[in-house]
Amino acid sequence: MSAVPSMIVEAPAVTARKPGAWLRLLHNPSVLIGALLFALIALMGIAAPLLSSIDPGAINPSNRNKTPGYETSERDDEGRKITRKAIMGTDSLGRDIYTRVVYGARVSLIVGITVSVLSVVAGLAIGLFAGYFRWLDGVVMRVMDGLMAIPAILLAIALVSLSGASMMTVIVAVAIPEIPRVVRLVRAIVLSIREEPYVEAAISVGTPAVKVLWRHVLPNTIAPLIVQATFICGSAILLEAILSFLGVGIPPETPTWGNIMAEGRSLFQVYPHNILYPGAFLTLTVLAINMLGDGLRDTLDPRMSKRL
Amino acid sequence: MAEPVLEIRGLRIALPKDSDRAEAVSGVSFSVAAGEIVCLVGESGSGKSVIAFSAMGLLPKSLPVVSGTIALQGENLVGASEYRLRELRCTRMGMIFQEPMTALNPVMRCGDQIDEVLRAHTQLAAAVRREKIIAMIAQVHLPDPVRMVDSFPHQLSGGQRQRIMIAMALVLGPSLLIADEPTTALDVTTQAQILKLIRELQRDRGTGVLFITHDFGVVAEIADRVAVLQYGELVEMGPTAQILSAPQHPYTRMLIASVPSHTPPARPPVAGAGDAIVLSTEALAKTYSTAGLFGGARKVDAARDVSIEIRKGETLGIVGESGSGKSTVARCIARLIDPSGGKILLCGTDIARMPAGRLRELRHKVQIVFQDPYRSLNPRRTVGESIIEGPMNYGLARHDALERSRKLMELVRLDPGALERYPHQFSGGQRQRICIARALAMEPELLIADEAVSALDVSVQAQVLKLLEEIRHSLHLAVLFITHDLRVAAQVCDKVAVMSKGIVVEYGPAEQVFRAPQHEYTRALFDAAPGRGFEFAAA
Repeated sequence: MSAVPSMIVEAPAVTARKPGAWLRLLHNPSVLIGALLFALIALMGIAAPLLSSIDPGAINPSNRNKTPGYETSERDDEGRKITRKAIMGTDSLGRDIYTRVVYGARVSLIVGITVSVLSVVAGLAIGLFAGYFRWLDGVVMRVMDGLMAIPAILLAIALVSLSGASMMTVIVAVAIPEIPRVVRLVRAIVLSIREEPYVEAAISVGTPAVKVLWRHVLPNTIAPLIVQATFICGSAILLEAILSFLGVGIPPETPTWGNIMAEGRSLFQVYPHNILYPGAFLTLTVLAINMLGDGLRDTLDPRMSKRL
Repeated sequence: MAEPVLEIRGLRIALPKDSDRAEAVSGVSFSVAAGEIVCLVGESGSGKSVIAFSAMGLLPKSLPVVSGTIALQGENLVGASEYRLRELRCTRMGMIFQEPMTALNPVMRCGDQIDEVLRAHTQLAAAVRREKIIAMIAQVHLPDPVRMVDSFPHQLSGGQRQRIMIAMALVLGPSLLIADEPTTALDVTTQAQILKLIRELQRDRGTGVLFITHDFGVVAEIADRVAVLQYGELVEMGPTAQILSAPQHPYTRMLIASVPSHTPPARPPVAGAGDAIVLSTEALAKTYSTAGLFGGARKVDAARDVSIEIRKGETLGIVGESGSGKSTVARCIARLIDPSGGKILLCGTDIARMPAGRLRELRHKVQIVFQDPYRSLNPRRTVGESIIEGPMNYGLARHDALERSRKLMELVRLDPGALERYPHQFSGGQRQRICIARALAMEPELLIADEAVSALDVSVQAQVLKLLEEIRHSLHLAVLFITHDLRVAAQVCDKVAVMSKGIVVEYGPAEQVFRAPQHEYTRALFDAAPGRGFEFAAA
């Protein structure tokens, strides 16, 4: 071997890393505005007891159907008179709409985030295995096709009539039809990645299937899944509002944006504020999430942004 | 000499900032006369395609022409209006591309695609145009031109599609044809036919051809004159025979010396009958069946009745065209796909039907190096992690695995300090060395190289082949070498199996197969090899 020149091929100098995807996110106005709005709304939900001292469920018969800006007065336990300004008016039971809208953000965000986390985690697990193990694929995907055919609203009505209205029921009813969409996305990615030579190389050096999935396949699904999760979150919030509005969602005594609008529906032509304020917040929240998702998709997954 | 068809003078084309060099093309001058074929040769990144695209006016805005002229029959194309360029395309200059699969519109009939050219540039009536198209299709020797006019691209083979492309480029009789690697994506026998066709049409019509290629075999086959490019500069230009047999510039000399010879060298018998058989297959078969839900199953024999054996220290080459089943055999042996019949005896144990659990204990004995160096390494993991993954799967401690990988990096002539870098920081040839190191880290009995040097430039290819040869020699390794390149096979293989349509048609010692091929397919394959019979200058 001594005849062979012992030249060591120079590896290139470490090139300066290109600005990472996470850094590029900060330069995307869509991401910035969306994230800021979303953070504000989340903060509003968390700080609800500080933003309003009134019980969101407190009924006050003397203050029914007051328009925004009306000064309400009541007496506390010691008989002193307290005046408050109902900045968003009151509903037909005299409850303060502002307080209810602020508390309603909690429900919307909890439902949105839980649904997206649940469906992404379940969809990721199912999709990884369905895409990687060919014998599982046919069976799993037919079940997913079946699940996809169930309308979320019908499922919610069925679940509510079986187990009663609760937030858990809504979350399950909204999450289940979302799972197949995530499974399809993950499966498609796995199907293309498993053909990559580096995955085959890992198989031929004896890496067990689960490790191959974890090390070589899973990281490729993260960016598209983050994007997908934001869109699921937005549509889950909308769907929860629709279900509550229809009366098959969260029980009516819980303040949610859908519930507030449902109660204001009958008098909406006389007192539009009952629907206006929760509706505006709902729109703003979903808009913020969708902007965040669009921006994330543009930076994390440029190919997909051209396709959609 | 008559006025040249194409004359390029002092052409400079800038690259975008933060590229590895300032200019894609730096001051290139040459000309193409009528009835002449000029080959532009160079390795990837040498700027040869950029020159072709600039002549057609197809350069993207990010690559502006800084200075120089491109004269087509005396008319300067640099700075010509988009309208004028559109007028000139197809009427006075035509172009054919590398990928016949993507260069045609898949939802348009072939005749209509040629017709588009005629409609855009002529006032002919529909019936006359159709006649002209049929005549042109007949000229490119496609069977049954009348039927061909109404066929869709997917109904044609790659070679037939390239013929349609040529028909489209030449239908208006341009005086210049630019061919950008037109045969690179084709099999060797198809390539020979297309080269012959271009030669023939060009002679009949007196067309000047600018032919871009990286393959010196093709150059020897077709070129009148050769221009050699390196890093955007023209390093040498001259008549073909002179450049190929007596190159002057050191770069040209290095390139031509890297072209493997078509005749196998005299090799000492590395493996005697006494050496252990590492791998043998008996009637190995792989059938793909697409079973429809409602019957109507289709069966394709990707490989059938393949019986080969490799002894320790021996290199067996499997050569064949695309679709011949050579990669299928390799992947069956590595058990990346499950064979549908036959036996695979690895050191005496049949692994053809071994369940995954038991197979894992034997996996390390067979390692594979893939074709595409850019996809063979996980881009998210350092090369060190990639190399130690295998040994750690078999229980080696991380520290020891890293120690082994450092030694292997030296063996493949890379800096051991580079283990912490990511794959994107390496060139294609370096990555292929890393893949070899990863395979060797498993201390395999059999190394499969599945087109392992096909994606590399000829000079890098020569280095990697040399490395593989050294490793085989020093580790006394059995190598299964899959390739479509007969020159490479001639240089590295002790034995050769020629495959066609899933069957081994000829199998024997390399020297015997190359000197006196028995099977008619082998003979056709060898005859089609470009530049055969042309002795390239040695180093």
